[in-house]
Amino acid sequence: MKFLEKIVHKHEPKFAKGGKLEKWNPIFESFTTLAFTPAITTSKGSHIRDGVDLKRTMMMVILALVPCLLFGIYNTGHWELVAQEGNRAIPYLDQFWSKVGAGAFVVLPLVVVSYASGLIVEFIFGVIKGHALHEGFLVSGMLIPLVMPADVPLWMVAVATVFAVVIGKEIFGGTGMNIVNVALTARAFLFFAYPTKMSGDFVWMAGDEVDGFTGSTALGDLATFTSDKMMVAGTEVVEGTSEAAVTMFQNTYSIMDSFMGMVPGSVGETSVIACLIGAALLLFTGVGSLRIMLSFAIGGLAGGFLMNAIGSNPYMDLPAMHHLLIGGFAFGAVFMATDPVTAAQTATGKIIYGFFGGLIAIFIRVLNPAYPEGVMLSILFMNVMAPIIDHYVIQANVKRRLKRLKTA
Amino acid sequence: MSEDVKKPSEPLFSKKNKKLVTDPLTDNNPITIQVLGICSALAITVQVEQGVVMSAAVLFVLIFGNVIISLLRNMIPSRIRIIVQLVVVASLVIIVDQLLAAFLPDVSEKLSVFVGLIITNCIIMGRFEAFAMANKPWPSFMDALGNSFGYAWILILVSIIRELFGSGSFYGIPIFGSPLPGEEWGLYTMGYMNNNMMILPPMALIIVGIIIWVQRSRNTALIEEH
Repeated sequence: MKFLEKIVHKHEPKFAKGGKLEKWNPIFESFTTLAFTPAITTSKGSHIRDGVDLKRTMMMVILALVPCLLFGIYNTGHWELVAQEGNRAIPYLDQFWSKVGAGAFVVLPLVVVSYASGLIVEFIFGVIKGHALHEGFLVSGMLIPLVMPADVPLWMVAVATVFAVVIGKEIFGGTGMNIVNVALTARAFLFFAYPTKMSGDFVWMAGDEVDGFTGSTALGDLATFTSDKMMVAGTEVVEGTSEAAVTMFQNTYSIMDSFMGMVPGSVGETSVIACLIGAALLLFTGVGSLRIMLSFAIGGLAGGFLMNAIGSNPYMDLPAMHHLLIGGFAFGAVFMATDPVTAAQTATGKIIYGFFGGLIAIFIRVLNPAYPEGVMLSILFMNVMAPIIDHYVIQANVKRRLKRLKTA
Repeated sequence: MSEDVKKPSEPLFSKKNKKLVTDPLTDNNPITIQVLGICSALAITVQVEQGVVMSAAVLFVLIFGNVIISLLRNMIPSRIRIIVQLVVVASLVIIVDQLLAAFLPDVSEKLSVFVGLIITNCIIMGRFEAFAMANKPWPSFMDALGNSFGYAWILILVSIIRELFGSGSFYGIPIFGSPLPGEEWGLYTMGYMNNNMMILPPMALIIVGIIIWVQRSRNTALIEEH
């Protein structure tokens, strides 16, 4: 490290104000602060409580994402093999290393493309506007590949990333100014721009499916429960009753499998247990908000119970608990809804924000089969609502205290 | 005699008159600066052909309307001026609508209600109120020319982008090839796909937003104070 530090200090004057390469200072600074803590300290009126800066916070989130990434790589490899053989019964732990290899071959390019395209955009904006590279993209760049289906073409990931960084973030002024979650903006863009590559039965498993094999996800199957022809993993539910459908669904995607994440889905979203490990790390380091995560889950449960109470189609009869385990619910609650920039800021606001996020996610899932994954849309919707929630929470507080003042 | 005190008449293409045409093209654009006529700009810019026809329709209505209102301006009682303006613009729009239905039935069908909605296009009523009611016919004509072309170039730019990336063509001519299953050619054989979001109105809003962004960062004087 000493050696590196020497090089950095040697070249520093060139990039300083008035130096030959002044224009490239943002890029130089970004790389040096990635390796070393900056020597600049706040000169007056600082409010720092500990030594953690934005870069260190972001690294914590990336560490929390590692379990999801690793599990996602293996899961992608597994389902690629399943699709090739056309056999869902392949034992999960068979051919461990060849699955790891196959999964890495699919997932790592997604990560590389997402980081490369996003960082290029950030660099361009950094040089034009003359500010240091924004750290925010470190996390978004990791989240984007984790919410993509395994079969998505790489160029689409690049287009979506550029769109999300420019329209979702830079247009509002960069990191810390964005209104909606950047990673979800990328996913929503692809969802509406290239629907055939983002939903349906043939995008969740990398490579080509063998003829006649349906690579549907749990949510995709559930969406058919609202139609006349109920399907579970490619086979039709023979007795068209609600009970039969739910039982068959739970046999195919058991609670345990859904919890472990041994089901098809977007790359990193399937495993609830990996999300929980990430959540533990985020909560332990104080990066994530427990209020949002818990109220999001409670909102989801409430939505599930409400649907059970109505129960007018087989989808509504799915046990509420199971809703939390399938699709991107856990991933969304832990990593997306808790984004400190786009979430509500007040303590009460966070609870309202999380609760309605979870509730609306289940509503969209169950009531609109055209959008099988409601978590993405509900979080984006609540992102937009967050400032209003905060406004009313603060106003209520002001009113309460004014009242106290008057009575005293 | 009044002949002696009469001011020398302004030349037809004086600096002031030219400015009436050039200003709305850039620094006082009806769409990007005044943010008027957004509704039609979002709705009908899916294809270049529709954008061109819509622009032509607005050009026709605005030029004739502005001149007519300017000619009538001293005769219109101010209390009923909005009704008079509406009668003028409605008659012109009906003419355009019938002409389109007769000669361009395809486009007319695609534009559907949006030709009729030119009546409520804020640019037109705005120009009548703000300019034609207080100016002579010739400057009114120039003003109409500038504003309708200012409207047109944004509309056509947005529709070029949307048609190119949404349908892979320009004015109906395939640019990127054909995505028809079984007979793909061009970029589509390499896995390229049309961007479905370009077809949806929200993307037009985003494109107009980007134009506004680019324009205001090039000319910072246009940025409003908060």
